[in-house]
Amino acid sequence: MANFAVNAAADSLSNAKPKMDIKDVSFFYNDSKALKNITLPLYDRRVTALIGPSGCGKSTLLRILNRIYELYPGQRAEGVITLDGENILDPKLDANLLRAKVGMVFQKPTPFPMTIYDNIAFGVKLYQKPSRAEMDRIVESCLVRTALWNEVKDRLHTSALGLSGGQQQRLCIARTIAVQPEIVLFDEPTSALDPISTAKIEELIDELKRDFTIVMVTHNMQQAARVADQTAFMYLGDLIEAGPTTGMFSNPKDNRTLDYITGRFG
Amino acid sequence: MIDNALYRRRKLRNRFHMMMSLATAVFGLVWLVLILAMLLVKGIGGLNLAVFTQMTPPPSASGGLLNAIAGSLILTFLGVIIGTPVAVLAGTYMAEYGRYSKLTNVVRFINDILLSAPSIVIGLFVYSIMVRPMGNFSGIAGAVALAILVVPVVVRTTEDMLLLVPNQMREAAAALGAPRWTVIRYVGYRAAKTGIITGILLAIARISGETAPLLFTALNNQFWSTNIFAPMPSLPVVIFQFALSPYEDWQRLAWTGALLITVAVLTLSVLARVLVSKEAK
Repeated sequence: MANFAVNAAADSLSNAKPKMDIKDVSFFYNDSKALKNITLPLYDRRVTALIGPSGCGKSTLLRILNRIYELYPGQRAEGVITLDGENILDPKLDANLLRAKVGMVFQKPTPFPMTIYDNIAFGVKLYQKPSRAEMDRIVESCLVRTALWNEVKDRLHTSALGLSGGQQQRLCIARTIAVQPEIVLFDEPTSALDPISTAKIEELIDELKRDFTIVMVTHNMQQAARVADQTAFMYLGDLIEAGPTTGMFSNPKDNRTLDYITGRFG
Repeated sequence: MIDNALYRRRKLRNRFHMMMSLATAVFGLVWLVLILAMLLVKGIGGLNLAVFTQMTPPPSASGGLLNAIAGSLILTFLGVIIGTPVAVLAGTYMAEYGRYSKLTNVVRFINDILLSAPSIVIGLFVYSIMVRPMGNFSGIAGAVALAILVVPVVVRTTEDMLLLVPNQMREAAAALGAPRWTVIRYVGYRAAKTGIITGILLAIARISGETAPLLFTALNNQFWSTNIFAPMPSLPVVIFQFALSPYEDWQRLAWTGALLITVAVLTLSVLARVLVSKEAK
């Protein structure tokens, strides 16, 4: 049996309420079915990790949750996903308003070609018109929250492209939480980063779950074990099993899960 | 074992092909250098203050190119002002809103045809839609003809440059809830800015030497004229007229004018290159 350092606070799923409910969701790229009838609750202010080998559909599932897949033609989701009781897959629901509630951080850091300050102000300005002083306060608090403030406070008005990879990723997180979403999606947020930057991002995710419901796709099982309260294992478009991280890693119910977490494939 | 004869033959073959490519590269370059040298030799003699302060003269009189230079600047400026917004928006449609639509493929195909259309055809087209109905040659007709030449160049570069902006960047902005236009304005254009400006500079370089489309539209004018509804002089047309004339003074001015255009175009191209290489850093 693989040995994992499992998040000590991870047994806290029992008293958590679902924030988002994925019910019988399937996904199609043109005619090929990439996700098969997925059902999974995402708990309020808990971290859910989606794990599984490449091509299993974990990123696809994540990209349904803020309907970012709609940017491309030929992609289609079926089923029901409720957020606070409302079906977010309803085409009548404005996708941009949904994305204000469901933020996303990507695999590669994606700072916009503008200053550090403007990177954060960009999202805020989409929804409100804060005064200069108010905006300064928002920018500062988001950078403090992502442990970036001390590193960048003297160069807020220089290009964000000059930051290191880890700093850029934390800026992207700061930018996402500046919009005050309820859920934050992370798509392999550390796969492009070095171990020290990775540790910082993991710490940050652990801290952020006080306020946000977090869903994270990861290739790294140790990361899932360290950070997640709930882990879901996916394989070939199916959700094989999901449950408290502790149970998943110490006592998987399905043989495929066991094979995957012990490194027999993937 | 290495077959020495075989290896030597391969080495020789390599040397042969290297020499051939070097020779053809030099062959191409020689003509450019010859043209520039010829222009310098023939044009620099006539270069003096009068060129920039006096109007084009009648035959066998002294004068300059001031009205032609001013006319060229006005025509080029108007051509760019009219053509660029149309082209940038069309390129934006093709790379952003309509990236996956069939219309984009049709537009791209037609744009490529326009890109290689002989400019004299465009001159004739504008002649029939503007000069004939308006009853006279005019600067504005010339500017429209030049604008039509600007459009395909800028459409192409705008589309290409926007396509180079990684989709991840668009997704990141869309993930914050930004509507499409906001994403294009603040992320697409910002990332593609240098490339789009370079395309506009190259379009300016292209139209500032065009003669054929102006012959049928702006025609020419011996005198100072800034009225865009009247015939307007331009450097290329003046060069064309003066170079073909039997008068030596006119021929000398034509060489000087040619030198001026070449230097201007060269400067624009260098500027475009500098912009691109700065971006690459």
